[in-house]
Amino acid sequence: MNKRIFLDPLFKNNPVSVLALGICSALAVTVKMEPALVMALSVTLVTGFSGLILSMLRNTIPDRIRIIVQLIVIATLVILVDQVLKAFAYPISKQLSVFVGLIITNCIIMGRIEAFALHNKPFHAFVDGIANGLGYGIILVAVSFFRELFGSGTLMGYSLIPEKWYVSAGGFYENNGLFILPPMALIVVGLIVWVFNARNAKKDKKAWNK
Amino acid sequence: MEQIIDIFVRSVFVENMIFAYFLGMCSYLAVSKTVKTASGLGLAVIFVLLITLPVNYLLDRYVLSPGALARINPEWAAVDLGFLSYILFIAVIAAMVQLVEMVVEKFAPALYNNLGIFLPLIAVNCAILGGSLFMQERAYENIWQVLSFALGSGFGWYLAIVSIAAIREKLSYSNIPAPMRGLGIAFIITGLMGIAFMSFMGIQF
Repeated sequence: MNKRIFLDPLFKNNPVSVLALGICSALAVTVKMEPALVMALSVTLVTGFSGLILSMLRNTIPDRIRIIVQLIVIATLVILVDQVLKAFAYPISKQLSVFVGLIITNCIIMGRIEAFALHNKPFHAFVDGIANGLGYGIILVAVSFFRELFGSGTLMGYSLIPEKWYVSAGGFYENNGLFILPPMALIVVGLIVWVFNARNAKKDKKAWNK
Repeated sequence: MEQIIDIFVRSVFVENMIFAYFLGMCSYLAVSKTVKTASGLGLAVIFVLLITLPVNYLLDRYVLSPGALARINPEWAAVDLGFLSYILFIAVIAAMVQLVEMVVEKFAPALYNNLGIFLPLIAVNCAILGGSLFMQERAYENIWQVLSFALGSGFGWYLAIVSIAAIREKLSYSNIPAPMRGLGIAFIITGLMGIAFMSFMGIQF
């Protein structure tokens, strides 16, 4: 049971590629890998702990005002994350700008609370939150990997393409500027969704043939 | 005046909420299957942006920004409540959406039937909170600029969701590889539309 709660959101029910949740604040931070990793980590922590807290409170919250209570808990956690980032990683916090605040309206968090944390024990809700955050992180890191590699020829800030390959140094290679522009993020995610769906379809067919 | 028009045009075309910042993608993908519902949601977004942004602007300017409380008591000049902005903005948005829903239900039942189901969805739409946060970051000078920004980004969002809905209606007749159907192709088309919108870059008055 625990293993399934943890593993399903990573691939089979990935919140981004299968369920189309949480794309809002995701794509603008994927130009470089470093901010993407920080963003993934922040979202994982917020989903995990908001699940934990709201699952502990689940029997005391009146049904009518639950959305406001959820938003307040999430917003408090996001403020904590934001203040920590501002204190210890200021350049990255500047780069992420409004997108840290937008974690509040990330649909994955609300979605998991509504669908899972409000009906399950705190520990399970915590595991489910962390796993969904990681599932989101996988997509974020994959997208930023391709965008940084093809767009700037670097990974985590280290350049991978030898200097003399570049046209400016008499070589043949040029970075693809299109990958830095926002629309390319959507196209890369579209292709990732394609791969995920194709793999899942194959597995389903196998299970069905058995 | 020129600046106000400039802000409007920029936020519709150049800094489009969807194509440049991907805000509100969740409802954009979920509710874009037919043009009619898409335009209902688009109108609701314009409406809510126009109401919440000025309120949040006043809140930011007179309560949250550093030194704003000196107006009440000079001893509080050093107080900076900026860290509270996320929680207050989202509370204002949630409260406003609830209020608007009740007012519309009471006084304009026809409008409520069209917008009603979308209003609660909008409380957690990233485009609304994103609008407030961008407004805070860009430090607009007066409330007219904020209103023009609200109208512009709302209209940009409307434009985006209605056009993708129109394309998706036609798409249901075309032969797309099976794993690509639905979500995958919607992403790629949005990307292509984004590339088209980039040709507006550099427009200004």
